[in-house]
Amino acid sequence: MIRIVVRHDLGRIRLDVDLTLPAGMTALLGPSGAGKTRTLDVIGGLFTPSTGLVAIDDDVLTDTARGIAVPPHRRRIGYVFQDSRLFPHLTVRQNLEYGRWFTRRHGSGSITFDGLVSLLALEPLLGRHPARLSGGEQRRVALGRALLSSPRLLLLDEPLGSLDAGKRQEVLPYLDTLIAELRLPMIYVTHDWQEIEGRASAIVRIDEGHARSTAPDGSNVPFGS
Amino acid sequence: MEWSAADLAIVGLSLKVACVGTLASVPFAIVIAFVLARGRFWGRGVLNAIVHLPLVMPPVVTGYLLLRLFGRRGPIGAMLEQLFGIVFAFRWTGAALAAAVMGFPLMVRAIRLAIEQVDRRLEDAAASLGASPWWTIATVTLPLALPGVLSGLMLAFAKALGEFGATVTFVSNIPGETRTLALAIYTYTQTPDGDAHVWRLATLSIIVSFAALLASEALAKRLERRR
Repeated sequence: MIRIVVRHDLGRIRLDVDLTLPAGMTALLGPSGAGKTRTLDVIGGLFTPSTGLVAIDDDVLTDTARGIAVPPHRRRIGYVFQDSRLFPHLTVRQNLEYGRWFTRRHGSGSITFDGLVSLLALEPLLGRHPARLSGGEQRRVALGRALLSSPRLLLLDEPLGSLDAGKRQEVLPYLDTLIAELRLPMIYVTHDWQEIEGRASAIVRIDEGHARSTAPDGSNVPFGS
Repeated sequence: MEWSAADLAIVGLSLKVACVGTLASVPFAIVIAFVLARGRFWGRGVLNAIVHLPLVMPPVVTGYLLLRLFGRRGPIGAMLEQLFGIVFAFRWTGAALAAAVMGFPLMVRAIRLAIEQVDRRLEDAAASLGASPWWTIATVTLPLALPGVLSGLMLAFAKALGEFGATVTFVSNIPGETRTLALAIYTYTQTPDGDAHVWRLATLSIIVSFAALLASEALAKRLERRR
């Protein structure tokens, strides 16, 4: 179970997020500028809100009330950024191995390098640099790179955003395979309902920075518990 | 044109002084550039001004300050001699120090600009993949800033190779020890019938500069191709 509370004044909007998410894939659905990416940044530890709580099961990662802020590199949360953010000076293979090297002591779990490369059809790309990849290929590499860092939660920020219909087909089937095979908790941010229809096990709407979920038993979970 | 062994020895000394001075200042320049590019602290402007001083001050003043600080009786010079046996006064090492100090602002500036150009979002990506801040600097920030580090190195090397004022003030003009190309050429312009010698050395200095420029171009091209 993942608990996320964020309250932060962003000037234009006020983030007011209070979520309790089950394991599995949760979609965070809302128009652009609703605070989706900022919420993911809080979960990943890249942004500290004025008030916030992030916990995976009993492991508290952010708690502003108690002054807890685990740095991002110790969170073991994979983050697939909207703009991929592949390292331009490294080859695809080196990009994929980057996170694996830092998190090797946690063990790779069920994900092996070869397994993932074949799952995402990355074999022909391994020797190339990111600048020589198409948009769809870049997304796939970013997805593989995040997964190989053995995360316990995966954040996906518009993984199909800014790809045209053809390019989406370069990514979408792989995403489906991953969701089906890895059973990794995921938070999938998108503004497009069609992307998540039939894929997400829970859907949370976010609008003007406001998002609420209910606990599995239907009651609201009070802040701080 | 025939060059004597003594002429070539002068070139050798100049290259040694410039290379050692430039390479030894790289780690310091990277640290200072990083602090200036990323640090948000009181006194950052003052630090920036101090780093740039050798660029603005008359080189003779820089040389004089070095003499007072790093001379055998200077506070830093005396300490270094006692602790590590390093002597700068009237040695080629002092010429290298003068060259390093004079080239330092150019090197820091180039590296700082390169670090400021690095996309911070890539550093966030590295952190999300488990890289600590130090590892992120070593594996993402510095490699991406490498072209800037190299161009800073070249600028500082060029400055070091032609350095005159600070060197002659700090370590004097001692043949075989601190008499670099620039100092030797100046010496022969002051000597009766020194003209032919000046020409020989001036030609050598042009050849060295030209070779350095070509080498840096080739290096820059190689870096480009790696992308």
